[in-house]
Amino acid sequence: MSFKTPANLQYLASHEWILIEGDIATVGISDYAQDALGDVVYVDLPDVGTTFAAGAEFGVAESVKASSELYLPAAGEIIAVNGDVSQQTDLVNSDPYGKGWLVRIKLSGDKAPLLDAAAYVALVDSIKH
Amino acid sequence: MSEELLRTVLHGEHLRLNARMVEFGGWDMPVQYTGIIDEHRAVRERAGLFDVSHMGEFWVEGPDVLAFLQYVTTADVSQLAVGHAGYALFCRPDGGVVDDLFIYRLGAQRYLLVVNASNIAKDWQWIQSFTSNFAVTLSDASPATALMALQGPGAEAVLASLMGDIAVTLPFHGVVESTLLGQSVIIARTGYTGEDGFEIFCANDHAVAVWQAVLAAGATPCGLGARDSLRFEPCLALYGHELADDINPYEARLGWAVKLNKGEFVGSAALNDLKSNYTRRLVAFEVTGKGIARGGYAVHDTHGNPIGVVTTGMPSPTFDKPLGIALIARAEASEGNQIDIIVRDKPVRAVVVKYPFYQSRYKK
Repeated sequence: MSFKTPANLQYLASHEWILIEGDIATVGISDYAQDALGDVVYVDLPDVGTTFAAGAEFGVAESVKASSELYLPAAGEIIAVNGDVSQQTDLVNSDPYGKGWLVRIKLSGDKAPLLDAAAYVALVDSIKH
Repeated sequence: MSEELLRTVLHGEHLRLNARMVEFGGWDMPVQYTGIIDEHRAVRERAGLFDVSHMGEFWVEGPDVLAFLQYVTTADVSQLAVGHAGYALFCRPDGGVVDDLFIYRLGAQRYLLVVNASNIAKDWQWIQSFTSNFAVTLSDASPATALMALQGPGAEAVLASLMGDIAVTLPFHGVVESTLLGQSVIIARTGYTGEDGFEIFCANDHAVAVWQAVLAAGATPCGLGARDSLRFEPCLALYGHELADDINPYEARLGWAVKLNKGEFVGSAALNDLKSNYTRRLVAFEVTGKGIARGGYAVHDTHGNPIGVVTTGMPSPTFDKPLGIALIARAEASEGNQIDIIVRDKPVRAVVVKYPFYQSRYKK
C-alpha cells in the first residue's frame, strides 16, 4: 500500500504535517498516520489563543483501537481549529491533507526537526518493513 | 519486524484481502480489513467471519477423561452431554486463573479443549502436569487445526446456504462432526462476540476453501480489532486483560463458571475461601469527562486514592461513547459510583454502570 505524501508539505517523525504560508501554518496528520490509527472517532483539539512550543503535544486523536498524541511541528499560537473534524471525525481519514486539517497557527519562530516529503517517505518505508 | 511471527494457514488470504496485519501473541494476524467499525457493525447486524486459527486445540481422550477434566477445570463436566460445549477455567491452587477455555464433548470419552493462543504452551504444560493419576491421552492438535468463527444474526443463514439444516437445528453451545465442501469439519454454535454464531474447525488443508466459501456466501471478513470491540461490549473476559494468574474468578465475575459442589479440583480449596472473601471486582464504567480510557490506565477514587486499573477501554462502536472495564476495590464497585480514570496524567471522571454494557443475543 502506498500513502499520499504531498511534496509541498513538511513532516514530523511523529507523522504530523505542516503547510507554512508566510507566518501562518496549517497542521494535520499524514495519510500514513490516519491509516495506521484506523477510523478516527474522537479528536481533542486546543482552544484558539493557546500557545505551544515547537514539538509540544497539542491534542489527541483516538480510534477504536488506539490513542495517538498530536504534536505541533512549529511553535505558535492557535488561530483556528477545524470544527468540522470534531463533528465529522472521518474527515481525518478520508482527506487528511484537505478537509481533515486540524489547527492553524501563527508562527512564533521555533520549529521542531522537520522532514521533507522524500525523507518522510523513507521514514514510513522503514517502519513498514 | 515480522520475521519470527507465526502464520495461520489463512495468512495468504488476509494479504489478498489487503488486511492490516499486526503482531498478536506471537502471530501475524489481521487487525482489520476495511475498518474496525464497519466490521463490528457487520457482526452486530449481519454476519462476519474471523480467522482464529491461532487458538489452541487439545484433544483429551481415555477412560478417565471425565474425572481428569473435573479435576483440572472449574466446570462440572459431568453435566456436559455428548454434542454440547461449555465455558470453563483452569485455576491455580491459589485460585488465580491459568486460562479460560471452551470444552466440546464430541464422544463418550472424547473432548476438545479450545484455549487462548497466547497460553497454548502454558496450558499444555499445566494440564500435562496432572495426568499421572488418570488414564487419559492428550494431544495438541493446534498446529494442524484451522478455526474460523462465523458470527452475527445472519450467521445461521450463511452457514445453512453451505450445509443445510445442521446450521438451523444445532442448539446454542451444540457441537457436531459434519461435512462441509466434501471434507470433515466440526461445527459448534459457539463464539465470543455476544451474537449468535458458529465456530468451524477443520484441517489446515481445507481451511482456504472453507474461508472462501463462507465469504462468498455473504459473510464479511473481520479482524482482531472488531473481535476485541465485539467481546468487550458484552464484557466477555479476555485473558491478559480481565483474567490473569493473579486475578481470581470471583473478582472477574466468573463465579458462575466455578462449580464448588462437584468435588475437589485444582484450586477448589482456595476458591471456596475466596468466594466470600475477595476484595476487587470487575466493573463496567462510562467515561463522563473528556477522554478515552484504555487498558492499563490507573483508576482513582474521587479523592485521588488509587483503587485499581482499567482492563479494557475504548470508544464503543455500538453505543458510540467511551466505555471501559476496570478491576477496582470492591467497596468502589457499586453502580452509580463516581471514579476517576487517569488519562495522560489527568483524572477524567467516569461512573460505574450496569455490567455488561451489551446483552448477548444468543439463539437459545
